[in-house]
Amino acid sequence: MAQAALRQREQGAAPVPEGTIRIEKLGKTFTTADGLVPALENINLTIEEGEFVSLVGPSGCGKSTLMMCVAGLIEASTGSIAVGTTRVCGPFTQVGIVFQEPLLLDWRTVLGNVLFQVEMRGLDPRAYESRARELLDRVGLGGFERKSPWELSGGMRQRVAICRALIHDPPLLLMDEPFGALDTLTREQMTVDLLRLCAETRKTALFITHSIAEAVFLSDRVVVMTPRPGRIVADLPVTFAAPRRLSLKTTPQFAEQERRIYSIFRSIGVLRDE
Amino acid sequence: MSGEQDRATAKRPGWLHLHGRRGFAGLFGRAPRAAITDWLYPTLAFIAFLLAWQLVVIVTQVKGFVLPQPLHVLERGFVSLDLLLANTPATVVAIALGFAGAVAIGIPLAIVMVASRPLESSLYPLLVGSQGVPKVALAPVLVVWFGFGILPKVIMAMLIAFFPVVINTAVGLRSIDPNYLHLTRSMGAPAWRTYTRLLLPSALPQIFAGLKVAMALAIVGAIVGEMVGANSGLGYLLVVANGNLDMALVFAILVWLVLVSLLLVGAIDLAERLAIPWSRNSRSRHLVQVQG
Repeated sequence: MAQAALRQREQGAAPVPEGTIRIEKLGKTFTTADGLVPALENINLTIEEGEFVSLVGPSGCGKSTLMMCVAGLIEASTGSIAVGTTRVCGPFTQVGIVFQEPLLLDWRTVLGNVLFQVEMRGLDPRAYESRARELLDRVGLGGFERKSPWELSGGMRQRVAICRALIHDPPLLLMDEPFGALDTLTREQMTVDLLRLCAETRKTALFITHSIAEAVFLSDRVVVMTPRPGRIVADLPVTFAAPRRLSLKTTPQFAEQERRIYSIFRSIGVLRDE
Repeated sequence: MSGEQDRATAKRPGWLHLHGRRGFAGLFGRAPRAAITDWLYPTLAFIAFLLAWQLVVIVTQVKGFVLPQPLHVLERGFVSLDLLLANTPATVVAIALGFAGAVAIGIPLAIVMVASRPLESSLYPLLVGSQGVPKVALAPVLVVWFGFGILPKVIMAMLIAFFPVVINTAVGLRSIDPNYLHLTRSMGAPAWRTYTRLLLPSALPQIFAGLKVAMALAIVGAIVGEMVGANSGLGYLLVVANGNLDMALVFAILVWLVLVSLLLVGAIDLAERLAIPWSRNSRSRHLVQVQG
């Protein structure tokens, strides 16, 4: 309730299709000691509400920069970004962010870490406690509410970070290689769990990854970027029916999707055979 | 999930067990020994030190008013226990007030400097430059300004103690992963809330490292203040004993001061462990910091 009121206050009275991201002619140039370094060039991308879009590309291609621009944490040099009807300028708060590191607070319990999001927004954490417990339960952390972060494994910590990103029910979820620091098996399980969670909550999601398989498995669309300066070279729809199961990964159709993305990386010189 | 949890419990914080405080050996990844060595080694080292001292006195046959035997120092200390006890409160009060002043000024100053670039660039050179002034040389000046009461000792202790508080707090506030700040900005949190709920708690390990150094320095400051101009306190007693060439008493006072400072720095150590139980291995962290 308070959440809706807050959103209304921040974005004006007009009803908004909150989850749509519209990026137009976006460019970002960093000023460094070596002069101007273009990071992003002419990015045009529209993400519909409820869509799960992955950004894949080589390291340093500006994927993270693009995500930070969407979050309003980095100012774009040219072009514009709008989420719903709000033009993003300055930190955009109707969002949940998950980084590669879980970034939990060691002095808080698991539950306290999830409620950190709510407290920092000046909302009453007691009103969100049952929701926090429910979220933790859904990611398999029921019974761990009173544990401290150091008592959890890497995968469990990242689950807590995901709950923290969802507790305030934002229309938009931004994830910057959230599983990048996890071992392969934990990672597989996390993708399955994330897929389920996103399907249940119908969030618009922007997901950054290096893993082509991860991108194909999770996404409605996979956006492929070039090395610096980052541009979009391909925007591929992925049309596997829901619910997607792990067995999908062994099908020829899945391999075909992966192959298309590999061939794009080969054609732009990111991957070479010799 | 159960496998994940097994791994997790294996990583329980070291502070829960005595071997968590394992000193230098732990830095090089050696397996922790039994807790008894934590006490045994320092005790043995201390006994060895006393024996060496006694040996030097016997071999060189140095006169008692130059270097007294450890036993004589102990004896003199017991005889003059009243004197030591009577002069301790004044010194401890000066130390405590000076330390409190250093914390009360140092931590807010560090916050202000981290929060504002212009303030940082104007204050930081001044702060570092002020460390070039030998503060001990200011002691007589303070006596001229503030007389022979407790005030000049408090100010002396504060002047010496506050620099490590400022520097450590500032370093602690700055050392946070910038993505934490990206998170709190995306939460729309006002700066004060980011400081109270994120930055200050996460800087506590460094702040406490600074507080321990500050406490040790505050003791030096108070003693120096008393040596220059006072009519009570351990520093004053030290000057009188030295004037009488009563070396046994001088050394007894020094030993007493060691005990007092162990107690005071130990109190900070205790406060640290109560305030930041999440700090896994606070001791090795500090060593890394000092060495690095």
